[in-house]
Amino acid sequence: MSILLSNISKKFGAFSALDNINLEIPEGELVALLGPSGCGKTTLLRIIAGLERADQGRILISGQDRTEHDVSKRGIGFVFQHYALFRHMTVFENVAFGLRVKPRRDRPSNEVIAKKVHALLELVQLDWLHDRYPDQLSGGQRQRIALARALAVEPSVLLLDEPFGALDASVRKDLRQWLRNLHHDLNVTSIFVTHDQEEAMEVASQVVVLNHGKIEQQGAPSEIYDHPSNAFVSGFIGQTNVFNLEHQDTDWLQTAGLSTLQQQGKIVHVRPHDIVIEKSALDSDAFVTLKDWQHLGALIRIELVKNSVNGQPASVYAEMPNEQFKRLHLNKGDKVDLKIRHAHWFH
Amino acid sequence: MNATAQPINPGKLVERHQLAVQDPDWVRWSLIVIALSFISLFICLPLGLVIFKAFSKGLEAYWSALAQPDTLAAIRLTLLTAVVTVPLNTVFGVAAAWAITRFDFKGKSFLTTLIDLPFSVSPVISGLIFVLLFGAEGWFGDWLIEHDIKIIFAAPGIILATLFITFPFVARQLIPLMQEMGNQEEEAALSLGASGWKMFWSVTLPNIKWALLYGVLLCNARAMGEFGAVSVVSGHIRGLTNTLPLHVEVNYNEYNIVGAFAGASILAALAIVTLILKTALEWKSEAER
Repeated sequence: MSILLSNISKKFGAFSALDNINLEIPEGELVALLGPSGCGKTTLLRIIAGLERADQGRILISGQDRTEHDVSKRGIGFVFQHYALFRHMTVFENVAFGLRVKPRRDRPSNEVIAKKVHALLELVQLDWLHDRYPDQLSGGQRQRIALARALAVEPSVLLLDEPFGALDASVRKDLRQWLRNLHHDLNVTSIFVTHDQEEAMEVASQVVVLNHGKIEQQGAPSEIYDHPSNAFVSGFIGQTNVFNLEHQDTDWLQTAGLSTLQQQGKIVHVRPHDIVIEKSALDSDAFVTLKDWQHLGALIRIELVKNSVNGQPASVYAEMPNEQFKRLHLNKGDKVDLKIRHAHWFH
Repeated sequence: MNATAQPINPGKLVERHQLAVQDPDWVRWSLIVIALSFISLFICLPLGLVIFKAFSKGLEAYWSALAQPDTLAAIRLTLLTAVVTVPLNTVFGVAAAWAITRFDFKGKSFLTTLIDLPFSVSPVISGLIFVLLFGAEGWFGDWLIEHDIKIIFAAPGIILATLFITFPFVARQLIPLMQEMGNQEEEAALSLGASGWKMFWSVTLPNIKWALLYGVLLCNARAMGEFGAVSVVSGHIRGLTNTLPLHVEVNYNEYNIVGAFAGASILAALAIVTLILKTALEWKSEAER
């Protein structure tokens, strides 16, 4: 179901957690609310769920105004960061809970419940754990049970609060892929909160970047990465080199192939992989020295030092595939020529 | 997840102690001897004496002391007091713990302090408060006399005083537990469509049940054993306003040793049953973790 948020604001005392949020989420999307901690993303998710009340604004789920609906009547599924499984119930009973608490006339029979619960447990590939208690499960298993439990009531919207936040790195990687596939199969509109840009880019079909209670940008992951709308988004989504033209000499940037004549702003962001380096042929007029490098798996991160004519030497980071770096035959201390392939300009 | 701060698990303490540097033997043994002799001197000896004195004139004298109408009336009144106050304070305790751990409101820390008040005030003062309120010279005295309602020197006064004395027990057991548990499971239940009532019965209550029972047990023990506050409001009318502890005192003052200690033996038995149940509850809640 589609979700429409209009003018959502929320204050905690004097602190403005959300400031006039307008957001439209089309049906079937898997959306990441991405932002640094304290940006209001969890508050926004809880407001959509009805676990928190907005000070103002409306929430429409598939065209219907649900602002005044209680969390229990909103038809959402919520997955908590720390799973919040019922500790005194078995896995089976946890998943069955949402069906058992339905009003008598809507409540399915025990056989139907059992069938449905087992089907959901098979969906999350954990049917063999149905008679265990939550504290006998691993973190990843708990998270999947929490998801099965939320899906049992056939929610129109699935909301996940930092779903992978409390998991080991390796489990997290697996679950990300798994969630993406599951969403593909079920096609239920889903929103998840994360502070991890990599996770957002990898899992989501749409990313909403939040900062200080405001939406900075919304779009497909590639769109946000390739066309960040401001310096915050650019800096938050992936690594970037920041050059402030007011404080730095611009000559070397021109040498590096960046046209500073038609300035589009005062701040230039350059992604490490948009910087190409070559061994300098003429030692004399090279500005940049290779200081060090680190292996990041398939990529090499190269730390360069720009010897400024006026002011401090500044570090510049470049990235390139291992093979390419080896072919350059560079050593620490070598002077290099630097080319900037692409840059983002901000004011 | 620790049910409460209070229950001590002896096994765990020893385990932790052995991780630290061991004390020399003489320190260990003298501490053990001091603790044990203290317990025998101040707990086992008096308890044994109560039973010994109660049966000092034989089993028959014991039974006849218990079968006296005044004693039976005292037992009845004690039971009535417990039957009324314990459920009320259970409801109050759960409500107070819920309010304190689940809501934010002004005066919350004040309420938390207030809940502990009966523990910090002398029971005699607690009793006097009710005399000042409902006694013949009290604030509501004239109105009560006009409407022919008896509170002081009657069962209602005893129940009120006991209510006041015992109201912290349940709340104090629940507050730390519910604070530690947080409300995510409850929010999860709501998000799955449960009503508030259903959430309480199927999620909150099962999680707090052992702590709740523990609190109820302590509350009951105190309700049956309270002396000070009840003594002030009761008026010591034999067969009418004497609870068991008061009955013991009256008998003792009249040199009715067997009567006094027979009553005391019931209270002592109650204490032992409470202790056994308390230990069982601790085991049970420990095992469930």
